[in-house]
Amino acid sequence: MSVPPPFGLPPFALAMGMALSDSDGEAPVVTMQFGPHSEGRPGFLHGGAIGGLLEMAGFAALATHLGQRGIEQRMKPINISIEYLRAGLPHPLHAMGQVLRAGRRVANVRVEAWQTDRATPIASCWMNFHLSAPKS
Amino acid sequence: MADEHPLTWRREGAFDPAEAGKLLGRMGHGGFLGMRYGNHGPDWFEAELPWREDLVGAGNSGVLASGPIISLFDNCTSMAIWTRRGRFVPHVTLDLRIDYVRAAVPGRSVIARAECYQLRGDLAFVRALAHDGDAADPLAHAAAIFMVLGDSE
Repeated sequence: MSVPPPFGLPPFALAMGMALSDSDGEAPVVTMQFGPHSEGRPGFLHGGAIGGLLEMAGFAALATHLGQRGIEQRMKPINISIEYLRAGLPHPLHAMGQVLRAGRRVANVRVEAWQTDRATPIASCWMNFHLSAPKS
Repeated sequence: MADEHPLTWRREGAFDPAEAGKLLGRMGHGGFLGMRYGNHGPDWFEAELPWREDLVGAGNSGVLASGPIISLFDNCTSMAIWTRRGRFVPHVTLDLRIDYVRAAVPGRSVIARAECYQLRGDLAFVRALAHDGDAADPLAHAAAIFMVLGDSE
């Protein structure tokens, strides 16, 4: 099933060279290009840039999850915990989130990021979101 | 570690936090974000991320995205470790946790201050907070662990 993402990437994501692509899963895949804008120690992805992509994929997964269910809620991140598993090489980085639970006030999301091999993630995170009624 | 970058703090000898902090905003991801050195002490390092329209997050609210704040924390926590060590030792982020206690005010710079509170073997433990003008009213708290880079990497 191809998911039309209802989630629009914000200015920061576009400035970082992130783009959404459909996936056959529940959530869109977010991909970030490598370049000087995302480089940390020479030749490697910056940990913050990796974190920024994970977080964006978390937002995208939750927005898609709520959108598919016709739920309109404001999403605010409460916290994020990132594990860095492997060095980020100078290649595109992909990330996809999974909503473990979305209740009335809180949503719990997991995200993994990978480069060449989906089964070999280079980073992962959990995020908790606060959900509230949209501002009228 | 081989390093041919002409602008770098990644070299042997004493680590100069102020000099490294100035380079932070001139290259790579820190340069793209426009990070600026703030201040440092024996075991702490402070840097600033000026507000910029293209760093705004979701919701058209003018609020800085949290991505750049992750990056600011990643850099400040890293720098705090080298500041405490007094020399550059290559390391990688093992984990980084951030609690967002409130949204940043649109248009204001975000300032992060990180303190390396423990060095133990190849691990370094750091805590940090970020605020947008008043350190007594933080917008986020962070905790990070870094690990000295092994020979195999």
